[in-house]
Amino acid sequence: MPSSSRDGARSKSTGRADGGSARHRADSPTASSCRRYPEKTQPPYLYPPYKATLRRAPRKPLIVVPHTLSEVTGPVFGHGQISETDNDLTRQHAGEPLGERITVSGQVLDDSGRPVPNTLIEIWQCNAAGRYAHRIDQHPAPLDPNFTGAGRTLTDSQGRYRFTTIKPGPYPWNNHPNAWRPAHIHFSLFGTAFVSRLVTQMYFPGDPLFPFDPILNSIPDEKARRRLISAFDMDLTKPDWSLGFRFDIVLRGPRETPFENKK
Amino acid sequence: MRTKNSRGRDLVPTPSQTVGPYFQIGMSGAREIPRIAAPGASGERVKLICTIFDRDGVRIDDAMIEIWQANADGKYNHSAGRQSKGVDAAVLGFGRVSSNSEGICVFETIKPGRVPGRDGGLQAPHLEVSVFARGVLKRLATRIYFAGEPANEEDPVLALVPKARRNTLMAEPVASSTGGEPGAWRFDVHLAGRRETVFFDV
Ligand SMILES: [Fe+2]
Repeated sequence: MPSSSRDGARSKSTGRADGGSARHRADSPTASSCRRYPEKTQPPYLYPPYKATLRRAPRKPLIVVPHTLSEVTGPVFGHGQISETDNDLTRQHAGEPLGERITVSGQVLDDSGRPVPNTLIEIWQCNAAGRYAHRIDQHPAPLDPNFTGAGRTLTDSQGRYRFTTIKPGPYPWNNHPNAWRPAHIHFSLFGTAFVSRLVTQMYFPGDPLFPFDPILNSIPDEKARRRLISAFDMDLTKPDWSLGFRFDIVLRGPRETPFENKK
Repeated sequence: MRTKNSRGRDLVPTPSQTVGPYFQIGMSGAREIPRIAAPGASGERVKLICTIFDRDGVRIDDAMIEIWQANADGKYNHSAGRQSKGVDAAVLGFGRVSSNSEGICVFETIKPGRVPGRDGGLQAPHLEVSVFARGVLKRLATRIYFAGEPANEEDPVLALVPKARRNTLMAEPVASSTGGEPGAWRFDVHLAGRRETVFFDV
């Protein structure tokens, strides 16, 4: 939940911000504008192989808005809302979930290469059998009473984050005959501005389903597409415990030199 | 995949993907924030009722709306860097709600004040809006303005929108004769179709 102070002083019950001050996030950049996305590195709205876009993609051209304070500011979240097991999806129930235990870790940077500290990351995923703990998931695979599949954390001062979870399974969907999603974890990030907001999916290296997945392949640029595939990382792999996967994320950031509080 | 943090070279932002049909596991439920401004907040109280439609006019029951707005003085709950006015402790400024079975998201807030534009002028009161849904590969960005607000005439962003489409960005007061309560405003989002909402490339 948003907080107006970096230590999350906002009270949980009332949703009140703490009144803010000139000190508030003075280290976070507030620019007059942010960079635009390089061409072909983001999916289009209309991508017919992904059928649901046909009824939901706007057809009229988008109107380009020069950035104002409204676009370069955004909600700030505090530690007060994060509990100890929020970044460990294997410890949220009485028992351990089934599946391959994994560590997913990485760094969040802005597009100038600056770390994005204290930013909220939320993840959600299906269980090892490919089933979501969600009422509308009808995939005839077992639910796991020890797995919900939701996690959240804040990045540290260097923009780093870490989750412990189990490897999600691939699952069928009804986009086309015999359609299967490659295994993935959904990621949601806020960054520093309204325009840095990102929701994406992280994939696992070497998945044979990649060529058949219209959601991943909606990204035109192949190099950009590969950015969603995590890397197996022996350094993150814990002996006798879990495999490690590295997933770094780049958010849009300010175009100008950050506003510095010279104190 | 690893991205190099090479100084002086711009990095390409990570591509977006759809939230899919199961986002409520991670971003909703207990994590919904329908109250953007608490009851003590200064400013005119607004109950905002948003309904989301697809190209065929069918209500979308698996979408999510996020809102970002200033307080009654036109100040955002964010870095004080470029704002001289004080923040209002009762205004969180952020809300998110996933649509119900009728495609509706309801927010409790206040009408924001005017925030600066790029040229030293002021923008009309508005809310920044993100729409997420299955079938939407990247966040849709739009704005909500208030119908009948005189400042709309001089708003620099509305000025970029063809006159005939500006009404798609207007919240309308809900008449009490049709069950509206004081301060209730309605805003319809049409992702496509004849009444397609104006979306912005931000
Ligand atoms: Fe999924």
